[in-house]
Amino acid sequence: MSDSTTALRPALVDGNRRPGDVTQDISSPLEGRPTWLWWVGLAVSSSLLALGVAATGYMLTTGIGVWGLNRTVGWGFDITNFVFWIGIGHAGTLISAVLFLFRQHWRTAVNRSAEAMTIFAVMCAGLFPLIHMGRPWLAFFVFPYPNTRGSLWINFRSALCWDVFAVSTYFLVSLTFWYIGMVPDLATLRDRTRSRLKRTIFGWLSLGWNGSARVWLRYETVYLLLAGLATPLVFSVHSIVSMDFATSILPGWHTTIFPPYFVAGAIFSGLAMVLTLMLVARKVMRLENYITARHVGSMCKLIIAMGGIVATAYSTEFFIAWYSGNPYEQFVFMNRAMGPFSWAYWTMVGCNVLTPQLFWFKKIRSNLLLVFILSIFINIGMWFERFVIIVTSLHRDFLPSSWNTYIPTKIEVATLLGSFGLFFTLFLLFCRFLPVISMSEIKGVLRHGRDH
Amino acid sequence: MNRKLTGVFTSERDILAATFDCRARGYEIIDVYSPYPVHGIERAMGLARSRMTFVCFALAMAGAALMLWFQIWTSAVSWPVNIGGKPLNSLPAFIPVTFEAAILFGALGTVFVMLIRSRLFPWSKLRLPAPGVTDDRFVLALRQTDPDLPPGLAERLMQDHGAIEIREDREEEL
Repeated sequence: MSDSTTALRPALVDGNRRPGDVTQDISSPLEGRPTWLWWVGLAVSSSLLALGVAATGYMLTTGIGVWGLNRTVGWGFDITNFVFWIGIGHAGTLISAVLFLFRQHWRTAVNRSAEAMTIFAVMCAGLFPLIHMGRPWLAFFVFPYPNTRGSLWINFRSALCWDVFAVSTYFLVSLTFWYIGMVPDLATLRDRTRSRLKRTIFGWLSLGWNGSARVWLRYETVYLLLAGLATPLVFSVHSIVSMDFATSILPGWHTTIFPPYFVAGAIFSGLAMVLTLMLVARKVMRLENYITARHVGSMCKLIIAMGGIVATAYSTEFFIAWYSGNPYEQFVFMNRAMGPFSWAYWTMVGCNVLTPQLFWFKKIRSNLLLVFILSIFINIGMWFERFVIIVTSLHRDFLPSSWNTYIPTKIEVATLLGSFGLFFTLFLLFCRFLPVISMSEIKGVLRHGRDH
Repeated sequence: MNRKLTGVFTSERDILAATFDCRARGYEIIDVYSPYPVHGIERAMGLARSRMTFVCFALAMAGAALMLWFQIWTSAVSWPVNIGGKPLNSLPAFIPVTFEAAILFGALGTVFVMLIRSRLFPWSKLRLPAPGVTDDRFVLALRQTDPDLPPGLAERLMQDHGAIEIREDREEEL
């Protein structure tokens, strides 16, 4: 049984845990008082959230003019943040769905938190197009609904309209996937808790789950189907996001490489964010036995692979700009690397191309503090990637007399910080009230009670 | 003859073997309860594969067809608007939204069908076969309908496979 730990397949969970121990380890942090580290985190993130709410409130009551956008640069921080956050979400789906289809059992330790991350990131992402409208109370205009204007419908030929459907489908499907995956664990919490209120709430949420094999059979089929649907979904969502740019005729945006380039970039940035969060959750929730160096190592290797694709995309873009013989296209790329925003371009290259190369070294992969710092570098680099794509393509257009620059205002910076506040506040609340690790899946990969 | 027995086990291996043996001897397996999906239990219980895949396919196709029709109807029939000289029925441009609708209908629809089929509702009355079944206990519930089976055989089989508790229930429960 548990003695047969071979060199071929090291245990996924350290410390020789049994199913009962798993329940205990993962549920007990939810039952006691939160650690001081959690309170500090919540205080910081909710302050940032308050800052973001204030900045957004000011923007909505005053007008979009409080942002640094101008006639030439019509998209700035708002759309950069949107693409950044939606990309963050993609790694969650990659881990929960794609790795599930590939039977990568190590994902059990991180899939729940990665899925939660997806949902919170998509919430942050959705916020930006909403406030970018300037009059978010009219946001329902983006949906096709029968109206008194003769039933004037939305333009289904527009990539921005595709985006509405892609992002809302992505949010709903991710939410369902996350919730359905959590039902057995909610039942575990329901049967453990002594608080009457919690039992009622978990009782409702767990839908009377009792672990019947007939239901498990159906449940597992549905889970597999959801994973199968979420996989093409995640590719379609970021492809469609990239079409917001690629279907325009602007040099620097109008390229066929955009869909795969954006998907790879999204997964790359999301993996970095998963790593950041995992390392935090591991410390704050004391889950060292479950999120082991092996998980971190696997994530680092995935980052090397995705970073390689992203680096290839960067060089392909440059090559094609030269090879196309189109002077406008060539200008945009020279301007990116050597123009007024070259600092942003080289920050992006440094963080996204050079940083992941350090993960080739096992010494670096196994130094968790270093991995944490490097993952933050990649997060920064991927934010700059979107900034570079959006701002450098816009600020020097076809007519030199309309060339302009873009300087973000304090309000925009505060809104970006606010989105981080929202993300981390939601994540910390999730860590506190719901099981961060899927107990039912972890129990299934233990060595206990099996012939191995 | 209608006896109902419930045995509680502590490991996946035990519940698999016990289920397999009891079924082979002619007991009817009512259900097996476990804290995580035990792979191979469907074979031990003799359950057929779930038909949810067909449900999912049908719903996804229905979603795609509905959305494609809706886009063509709104853009070319209900209120045609000339946008940049593009054809009113711009079929290739309607594909992304059609695809998203297929995923949305397929995913949410399948989940709803599963919840209804398994009678998992927020107001469902909780029927736990034994305490700890969502923690680390495995429960086998079986029924004896064949009066010719030797008395006490099921108990002995379950005990041999390491049952820590065996209970005889009245039929009204569960």
